[in-house]
Amino acid sequence: MDNGLHRSSNEAVVVENLHKQFGDLEVLRGVSLRAHEGDVLSIIGSSGSGKSTLLRCINLLELPTSGEIKVAGEAILFNKTKKGLVPTDIKQVERLRTKLGMVFQSFNLWSHMTVLQNVMEVPIHVLKLPKAEAREQAEHFLNRVGLWEKRDQFPAFLSGGQQQRAAIARALAIGPRVMLFDEPTSALDPELVGEVLKVIKDLANEGRTMILVTHEMKFARDVSNQVIFLHNGLVEESGTSQQVFYETQSERCKAFVSSIH
Amino acid sequence: MVWSWIPEYLPKFMDGLLVTLQLLSLSIIFGMLFAIPIGLVQVTGPRWLAIIARGFCTVVRGTPLLIQLWLLYYGLGSLFPSIPGIRESFMWPILREAFPFALLAFTISVAGYEGEIMRGAFKSVPKGELEAARAFGMSRFTVLRRIWLPRAFQNVLPTLAGEFVLTLKATPLAATITVFEVYGIGSIVRQETYRIYEPLLFVAGIYIVLTGIIVVFFRWLEQRVPQPV
Ligand SMILES: Nc1ncnc2c1ncn2[C@@H]1O[C@H](COP(=O)(O)OP(=O)(O)OP(=O)(O)O)[C@@H](O)[C@H]1O
Ligand SMILES: [Mg+2]
Repeated sequence: MDNGLHRSSNEAVVVENLHKQFGDLEVLRGVSLRAHEGDVLSIIGSSGSGKSTLLRCINLLELPTSGEIKVAGEAILFNKTKKGLVPTDIKQVERLRTKLGMVFQSFNLWSHMTVLQNVMEVPIHVLKLPKAEAREQAEHFLNRVGLWEKRDQFPAFLSGGQQQRAAIARALAIGPRVMLFDEPTSALDPELVGEVLKVIKDLANEGRTMILVTHEMKFARDVSNQVIFLHNGLVEESGTSQQVFYETQSERCKAFVSSIH
Repeated sequence: MVWSWIPEYLPKFMDGLLVTLQLLSLSIIFGMLFAIPIGLVQVTGPRWLAIIARGFCTVVRGTPLLIQLWLLYYGLGSLFPSIPGIRESFMWPILREAFPFALLAFTISVAGYEGEIMRGAFKSVPKGELEAARAFGMSRFTVLRRIWLPRAFQNVLPTLAGEFVLTLKATPLAATITVFEVYGIGSIVRQETYRIYEPLLFVAGIYIVLTGIIVVFFRWLEQRVPQPV
């Protein structure tokens, strides 16, 4: 199982035989993945292959049709129904979600709050941190992503790159065990991609556990210790960055990653 | 133009102004307390509640306020005295008055019109912002309280200002069921002094000032709330 692929032996996120159906369309057809603490796992694949759906199943923004999900070693409890899985205990889901820091393609900052308020919101109102502590911590993370000067601005006045960095600070501030990124740079103008990738790379270098859906092949290759290539809702290839990008036997995978050679 | 009646009737107008302000502010407060859930269930379901809420808005918005007012006051109001023992009950002083019926009718009206506005307001909040809230572990109620509701209000603040001005301008209808608000006092002046235009102009002036206050208040409020992208 642990063929030297993982950076530790502590499970952070484990997905087992996940299926997801939208009506008649089966988007995920039995996907498994595991990320241990310290791992940087990239999910690549062509458009429509199910990458976002897979990521969104991990924090239950989408409910899987069947399968198992473990977050920080804890299995999410489900009731099986005709329509698919329904969480047994919504409180458990809410608690486990606070261990997953999600960063969205379209940032999804709360536009009625300043950048600082965005970052303080979950620590105060979900994690029940004292305000002063939440503020101090929020300023720390805003500083890290280079947005401390912009803390009192509203998101609408920020560039896309700044908004995404603010969204990363917001995710960091909940003290997540795992960061989830869903194409964090796809909505950005090309000249703004770099500043966001740099922040993500710094996080990887400091040993953060991350699961990253991306179209930035070079970045995925350089930053990940594990890569999964999804095709039509199945894991077509997986392994180390080296294995997936240079040693794959899959023609599809070869063709897909060829853009970086 | 003869304005010499003003000093004599000014205290009455002050009373009338108080009634107008009470009717307006209380019906807005109570009406909005209903409008929020009425708007919300039409977006979230359950379906049967959404249908009821939708039906309520349609009926309220589809019938004249004057008729609602009269139905409540002359219809419902005339039923009460026939209930045995009601005249002795502690509720009687309230049921005997016209103001509670006016307040009820205006509250229902605000709930109906603003319920529809709030439905649109809730719907217009970007899905992604709500999704982000859920993704960070907020409970449904916290999402509503911290994100959905404030975002919805941010979207409709300018619309609400206009709606409340319309509510203000409907308050003279209450005079038809003997609630002597500003317009009602104006009618008294007209009857007692046989002057027609001056009291009407005076009353119109009061409404303009009140409208101005509402508009300025909401401008101020809008400036304190950041505008959506
Ligand atoms: N809510 C939904 N309802 C119905 N179909 C959906 C829904 N979400 C996704 N799909 C479908 O599922 C498939 C996989 O979508 P998904 O977003 O996971 O792909 P992706 O790999 O992330 O693609 P992209 O690279 O374009 O983001 C697509 O065919 C999409 O149309
Ligand atoms: Mg996607």
